Amino acid sequence: MNVRVLLIALWLPFQAMAQGFAGLGATPGDFAQPQPGTALRFPQDHGAHPDYRIEWWYVTANLTGPDGTAYGLQWTLFRSALAPGDGAGWQTPQVWMGHAAITTPQRQFVAERLARGGIGQAGVSPAPFAAWIDDWRLEGPDLDHLHMTGAGTDFAYDVALMAKGPLVLHGQGGYSQKSGSGQASYYYSQPFFTLSGDLTLPQGKVRVTGTAWLDHEWSSQPLAQDQTGWDWFSLSFASGDKLMGFVLRGAKDFTAATWIAADGTPVSFPDGAFQATPMARHSVAGREVPVEWRVRLPARGIDVTVKALNPDAWMATSVPYWEGPVTISGSQGGVGYLEMTGYAK
Amino acid sequence: MTWAILTALIGHWRRNPVQLFTLLAGLALGTALWSGVQAINAEARASYDAAAATLGEARYAQITSRSGEPIAQATYIALLRAGWVVSPVVEGKLGPVRLVGIDPLTAPAGVGPLPQGRGGDLAAFLSARGQIFARAATLGTLPATGADLVAAPQVAPNTALADIGLVQRLLHRPDQIDRLLVAPDQPLTRRPLAEIAPDLTLTEASEANDVAKLTDSFHLNLTAFGLLSFAVGLFIVHGAIGLAFEQRRPMMRTLRALGVPLGRLIALVGLELAGLALLAGALGVALGYVVAASLLPDVAATLRGLYGAEVSGELALRPAWWLSGLAMALGGTAVAAGGALWSLARMPLLASGQPRAWAMARRQRGQAVLAVALMALAGGLALWGHGLLIGFVMLGALLIGGALALPPLLALGLRWGAARARGPLAQWFWADTQQQLPGLSLALMALLLAMAANVGVSTMVSSFRMTFTAFLDQRLASELYVTASDEAQARAVTDLVAGRVRAVLPILSIDRTIAGLPARVYGARDDATYRDNWRFLRAAPDVWDRLARGEGVLINEQLYRRAHLDLGANVTVAPGLALPVLGIYGDYGNPEGQVVLTEALFRKLFPTVSALRFGLRLDPAKTGALRAELHDKAGLPDSATVDQAAIKALSLGIFERTFAVTTALNILTLAVAGFAMMMSLLTLAVLRLPQLAPVWALGLTRARLALLELVRAVVLAALTGALALPLGLALAWALLSVVNVEAFGWLLPMYLFPLEYLRLGGLALLAAALAAAWPAWRLSRLPPTQLLGVFRNER
Repeated sequence: MNVRVLLIALWLPFQAMAQGFAGLGATPGDFAQPQPGTALRFPQDHGAHPDYRIEWWYVTANLTGPDGTAYGLQWTLFRSALAPGDGAGWQTPQVWMGHAAITTPQRQFVAERLARGGIGQAGVSPAPFAAWIDDWRLEGPDLDHLHMTGAGTDFAYDVALMAKGPLVLHGQGGYSQKSGSGQASYYYSQPFFTLSGDLTLPQGKVRVTGTAWLDHEWSSQPLAQDQTGWDWFSLSFASGDKLMGFVLRGAKDFTAATWIAADGTPVSFPDGAFQATPMARHSVAGREVPVEWRVRLPARGIDVTVKALNPDAWMATSVPYWEGPVTISGSQGGVGYLEMTGYAK
Repeated sequence: MTWAILTALIGHWRRNPVQLFTLLAGLALGTALWSGVQAINAEARASYDAAAATLGEARYAQITSRSGEPIAQATYIALLRAGWVVSPVVEGKLGPVRLVGIDPLTAPAGVGPLPQGRGGDLAAFLSARGQIFARAATLGTLPATGADLVAAPQVAPNTALADIGLVQRLLHRPDQIDRLLVAPDQPLTRRPLAEIAPDLTLTEASEANDVAKLTDSFHLNLTAFGLLSFAVGLFIVHGAIGLAFEQRRPMMRTLRALGVPLGRLIALVGLELAGLALLAGALGVALGYVVAASLLPDVAATLRGLYGAEVSGELALRPAWWLSGLAMALGGTAVAAGGALWSLARMPLLASGQPRAWAMARRQRGQAVLAVALMALAGGLALWGHGLLIGFVMLGALLIGGALALPPLLALGLRWGAARARGPLAQWFWADTQQQLPGLSLALMALLLAMAANVGVSTMVSSFRMTFTAFLDQRLASELYVTASDEAQARAVTDLVAGRVRAVLPILSIDRTIAGLPARVYGARDDATYRDNWRFLRAAPDVWDRLARGEGVLINEQLYRRAHLDLGANVTVAPGLALPVLGIYGDYGNPEGQVVLTEALFRKLFPTVSALRFGLRLDPAKTGALRAELHDKAGLPDSATVDQAAIKALSLGIFERTFAVTTALNILTLAVAGFAMMMSLLTLAVLRLPQLAPVWALGLTRARLALLELVRAVVLAALTGALALPLGLALAWALLSVVNVEAFGWLLPMYLFPLEYLRLGGLALLAAALAAAWPAWRLSRLPPTQLLGVFRNER
């Protein structure tokens, strides 16, 4: 059984390969569907939603070492259900995938784990919060106080996160629309983490501090048939304000954004308000990927240039994509993270 | 011009179809056995590779439990959560099939039923209904499971693969794992194994019990036989090519005189031979397929019985072996024709075009020197050499040396006969035989090799059979063997038989790595059965008493030889416990190492291992009744109780199969040699007319001449046979004392079987007489005009 190929067919959210991202638009079948007007309940909704087809917990962090060197860090746990519902033991249809990465200005360190649900190898429990796959953990007494570890053959990290602000619900109270024809997901973030801890790199341990951003999103069919991929931005401005925005590329691009004021008040923007234009492309893993963008949110006076810290921040995982830290310049300065999927060879 | 030369060259074969047939048949037969053996080896290797690829055996380091018990699933999770990148495997028998459960998500690259790069339906594989992947033939033998069956030719023979969850359910082994495959890349933060699961042990990939390594010796054995028969085939080819060149010397000279450049002539002769070689090679490969297809089931049975290796009984046409067959045919022809081409290149243009007499013994001296040198090499290797390959090199040197020594020795014998000849006819007979010797010597060498191989191999097989039968009598002393399915049933059995049998001998064993080699550790009860029956190759005084006190261990010969553990050497049987070797016993049942502890010590060291198999000592007349009672009261199926006779028959069956292949190859070699002799006699018969015609003219009838031909063939075969016997015995000694020790790890005593040799000698004489019969019959029917023609038109 070639797991890699199977997973590429299975992990529809992340890779187009032959069929583009069409798989994400495939019929959701018996899976539950996000409904507008549903109130998210915490801490229960921090946990897994096995009746939905896909789900992820995503932490990205912008860090600085003692010598001022900038680093990026990623910890991601994906869940994919082969069929709705959970079950005990090997028979559960839940499959898990973890990605961990450290980005330095020169190098990208990446690791991947795959796991079966039902046997304790991977999972997420809401309270006390624990998300894990193998020895990688993101856990703490609650979502505001987390301890996060990840490791590969040539890197490791062990960091503590503390939330300095409230949870942010995207879209309409967490119901995040993904196309003009109604595809949607549940989506909330915790963008206010401060972080401190150690990176282990080939040259040794590096003490780092910085900020981190957690996303939790679940759905059964987040993309429309014609959508092939997305460009997702999480930007933290020097003013303390934050911006989450994405472009879903399709026959007609669909954009959405959430402006998060420094006190945590979110404002959602509909399709078209958020604009991102590629300015420079970079050849990585045989693809031409835009690593410099002009990002605008005219409603808030935002017109900035977003530039990759390391243009080679390629996630060479079974479902490959680009994910890395960025720096912001222009109307405002700051740092952030950029994720780009569905760029074909 | 090229076409004209080729036509002239080919014209020779048209006029001499028998010679053409000899050449093609010799090459084809040699190639057939070679490629047949290669086909078998290729098939077996493909099966091992399939097993290694689909199950990750030998390619990845593995974690198993020290006790031999299954690993708890919780331990697997604990390892994962401590940073170990491992993948679980559970396996067992479902019906006759080895069912292996894997987790496709964690399995290292390449492990699983489908090769890399080909999709499959992961959701279906992981679904509650599940999928079972196996070869179509294997799927047919699986009991009904409710899972979807998927034909996958890449899976090893008699093996089925499914998701670990499904396999745990089908085998009724929830939460159990047999071994963990360790991915080659492990994270930085991994914690030591001893800290997380001290009862588990890691075996590096290179140490893993690699079935291909284990069976190497067996395949090398087959290859050696293939080479031997190819060599015999080459003797035939060399003879046929040599004869054809001798006969074509006048034509070659004429062609050269007509202005054909030497280079062109040699190139065209080479082209002609290459064409013939390819034709014969293709025939040989086709024949080889037939040979392999008929032998493969026996080989597969042997490998399964002896090594537990699963080999497909179906033969695939793999390029590896048919290409090697064609290459051998071409290469062999080149070797056989090298001398002839060399002499063609040096042929003086103006020299006589007459064929040089075949009766030239110029090369005999050099040949004798080479023979002595090769024999010396063989002796030297026997004394100081090590390793299986060296063993075969030694055999090769011995056989080729013996073959080369044959013509000079035969010449000596014939001279001795000639010196004692009385009367003109007898003197002519001996002289004429001497004259014919060079022409026949290649065929006789082939006969010598075939006979020596027969003597050697039959001595080895028979010696082995005697040793093995005696060994079985010693070892299978219990009258009844019982296998319980679980501990409860085992208790029911022991309770039931208590007081009814003379002794209950539990068979306790676990697989361990001893001195870096895979071995099985047994716990033996202190019982008269062992004391009375076991024979040691070497033993310390009071071996049984000291063993019973737990002061040491017994090891088998294989472990003694491979790990160099002599009496008194310490064997680490468990962490922190090393015990001296008290005795070394012969073990001819399997090639693996064994260690025997006393039962009490075994139970202390491996408390989790419980005996499910028992040997029962009782009156042989009562075994039937006890079996019935075990069936009725303890619920044991009939298949779980086996009496001594049945086990012996089974063991002997495995043994017979092992050597059925060898014997078949042997007989084929002898047939090839007989054929070589017939062809040589046929071609010589034509050449010898000028020598026979005068004798006929002096009054000897054709019938008597024919009879003398027959007698000559038998005399030569008898002399050859006399020389083959010592060579064969030397071969047997080498097989028993060098090759067997290296291949299986046991040294066998050599027994002699004079009657068997006599029968073989008789067979060889018969083969020679049969080979000579046709040429002799043709001689007796030769029209007198042809004999007269010798005088009318001397060549």
